Amino acid sequence: MSERLADWTKGEQAITFQTCGACGHVQYFHRAFCAACGAADPRARRASGRGRVYATSLVCRAATPETRALVPYNILLVDCPEGFRMMAHGENGLAIGDTVTASFKPFAGKLVPFFTKEA
Amino acid sequence: MSFITGVGLTPFGKHEGSSSLDLMSKAAQSALDDAGLKRAEIDGILCGYSTVSPHIMLATVFAEHFGIRPSYAHAVQVGGATGLAMTMLAHHLVTSGVCRNVLVVAGENRLTGQSRDALIQALAQVGHPDYEVPLGPTIPAYYGLVATRYMHEYGVTEQDLAEFAVLMRAHACAHPGAQFHDPITVADVMASKPVALPLKLLDCCPVSDGGAAFVISRERTGEAGVHIRGCAQAHTHQHVTAAPALSALGAEISIARAKEAAGLTISDVRYAAIYDSFTITLAMLLEDLGLAGRGEAAARVRSGHFGREGAMPLNTHGGLLSYGHCGVGGAMAHLVEAHLQMTGRAAGRQVRDASIALLHGDGGVLSSHVSMFLERVR
Repeated sequence: MSERLADWTKGEQAITFQTCGACGHVQYFHRAFCAACGAADPRARRASGRGRVYATSLVCRAATPETRALVPYNILLVDCPEGFRMMAHGENGLAIGDTVTASFKPFAGKLVPFFTKEA
Repeated sequence: MSFITGVGLTPFGKHEGSSSLDLMSKAAQSALDDAGLKRAEIDGILCGYSTVSPHIMLATVFAEHFGIRPSYAHAVQVGGATGLAMTMLAHHLVTSGVCRNVLVVAGENRLTGQSRDALIQALAQVGHPDYEVPLGPTIPAYYGLVATRYMHEYGVTEQDLAEFAVLMRAHACAHPGAQFHDPITVADVMASKPVALPLKLLDCCPVSDGGAAFVISRERTGEAGVHIRGCAQAHTHQHVTAAPALSALGAEISIARAKEAAGLTISDVRYAAIYDSFTITLAMLLEDLGLAGRGEAAARVRSGHFGREGAMPLNTHGGLLSYGHCGVGGAMAHLVEAHLQMTGRAAGRQVRDASIALLHGDGGVLSSHVSMFLERVR
């Protein structure tokens, strides 16, 4: 098995995804196999960090002391051109359909992807 | 055939000093009394889970506590769909001859047994531990995401969603066991505190203590018979990040399978008992199930269609939104109310005709679905 490419969930400033060599299926959640056909060892790649807003929700009531200090924060689902959808943070006021680019921000002790509107 | 021979439901709200087992026992005793059955006649037990008192063997913990030695017992976990999933399993257990009388039970002291933050945090863990939870989402945020997308695609407004909260509250006002009895207006919903926009406090179900139970039997025990005509499930994903398009969600799949299993269509349905954790959940499910056209459910609420006197009475006890939500027992209250309506025992809430009811449960973030048709037989 090839070595795992580090991404934001491991503290690296990157978004990664996997493509299956056998069937071409694209998946965002890292696995040792393709969830569509079962083939082993899908290839991991870095994403461009660009995308389009699919949905938003501005969290105003958080559940932990660490996150409560940070409200309101905008949670997004972003469709990436590489063919996967991801959850991330984004600037307030983003609308569905907006073209966005990722940067990274600390949030409650972790690094998270943060999307802003493309100029 | 399988029959729902007895139902039991506690009031929802605060049950200071009651444990999950206490609430389960109370509901179970009511269901047994309603069925006219004794403990020794129960040979199967299915129970939900308790977030307050998690246990790896809750069904046997309950069986010992309540005083039953069943030949079949275990817990079931499918989030908000658990109650109907247990009912579906009980139906198969009795029709296949494994059991004669299955007790389905759930109860939790969710409101007084833990802090609200602890619960919100526990429930947020239905999110992906690596790719979602670190972003600080809550269950309302997962549904908030679904809501903005649904509103975008079908032209639904926040005022439209508010109509469902107002309707559920109006229904709760007529049920003495409901957690809330103060009428609300669309303006009240709109002015309530933001939780995870577009969802505001009154778009969200409350946290409650409570319990619910029913008995599913091979033979009817009383005059009025309510039988399970057909049911089905669909599971398309767990995490909202991995959810299919709005047009391909599990409710449409499970209802299609349930219609096939029951040999019924939506036009046969006279009463609806639909999962309503948030206003958006109810709006979407009504439209996914075919009880309203796309983007038209709110207009049907405004015209009285889903009221007690309407063509399709809906959650006449007030639903999760206003009767309350005690976890697995929360959505089981929908079935208890449907049973009371079908057997003519809903008192001041009684509808004209509840001969065929459609029930639907949703777990996770529209992840797991169970659809079920109940029919009254004479």
